[in-house]
Amino acid sequence: MLLVGLSKDPSQVPSPLVGKPVPTFQLETLTGTPQDQNIFNQQVSLLNVWATWCQSCRAEHEQLMLLAKQGVRIIGLDYKDERESAEAWLTDLGDPYETVLFDDDGVTAIDWGVYGTPETFIVDQQGIIRYKHIGPISKQDMTEIILPLIEQLSL
Amino acid sequence: MRLLITLMLILFSSIVVAGSVQYEFDDVKQETRFISLSEELRCLVCQNQSLADSNAALAQDLRSEVFKQIKQGKTDEQIIDFLVSRYGDFVLYEPPMNLGTVLLWFSPLILLILIGSYLFGILRQQKKQSQPELNTEQQAKINALLNKVEPD
Repeated sequence: MLLVGLSKDPSQVPSPLVGKPVPTFQLETLTGTPQDQNIFNQQVSLLNVWATWCQSCRAEHEQLMLLAKQGVRIIGLDYKDERESAEAWLTDLGDPYETVLFDDDGVTAIDWGVYGTPETFIVDQQGIIRYKHIGPISKQDMTEIILPLIEQLSL
Repeated sequence: MRLLITLMLILFSSIVVAGSVQYEFDDVKQETRFISLSEELRCLVCQNQSLADSNAALAQDLRSEVFKQIKQGKTDEQIIDFLVSRYGDFVLYEPPMNLGTVLLWFSPLILLILIGSYLFGILRQQKKQSQPELNTEQQAKINALLNKVEPD
């Protein structure tokens, strides 16, 4: 049992939200439009939790750009950030997000069980959370886990 | 002495919990609940230093959430449920009993029974070896020998 425990990554806290509908929320987008959980209906989406103060998010950004290029719908959740720096970030590094929700007090992130950025959720057409990835997405994560799962869910 | 230690513990825990934010409680009972809840719940971020980018302020946010819910009149159970439904059993230091943890809870007992029955088996075998059973022929021989030794 100890060996099994040691072989697991303790930072990968399993999320009880996988298999559950997305939590309800009322947020503004970066541009000021009100949005709620219905944004996840009808299409398989990624929810990517990020912030401009998060260095790993910078490392991950390239993968997100590639995913967006392949037609993956990505919703951003800008966590405890400043609007101006977020806008500057997207101008500098490119914008992979269809929409960026602005969670300045981090309360919505608590409802999603977020405890560190970046975190990425895969949500299916019915708005059910199917997968949670903690930490930056690597090329390997993208090709081996995320893209196959999105493809499978999109069928 | 015990009173002093208890006092010290209460004093220190309130300092640790308070952090940089001051919380105003309606009564001492609320404050005690807040302290014990905060101690019961694990800081998810602090468990792993390698998540360097995780926002350490999360612990503070979660404490504020606990505080808010205490003020709203939620019970300890409701507050713990709120956190467990978002972060999983992991937020609790003491894992609850469920299918995933049943082995964890019962493995000491199972081990005890296994080792106990193994030792019991060895003991029984040793007992058997020290008192080998004799067949009737051997018993007769012994009786004959004993009879010889006995003076008439």
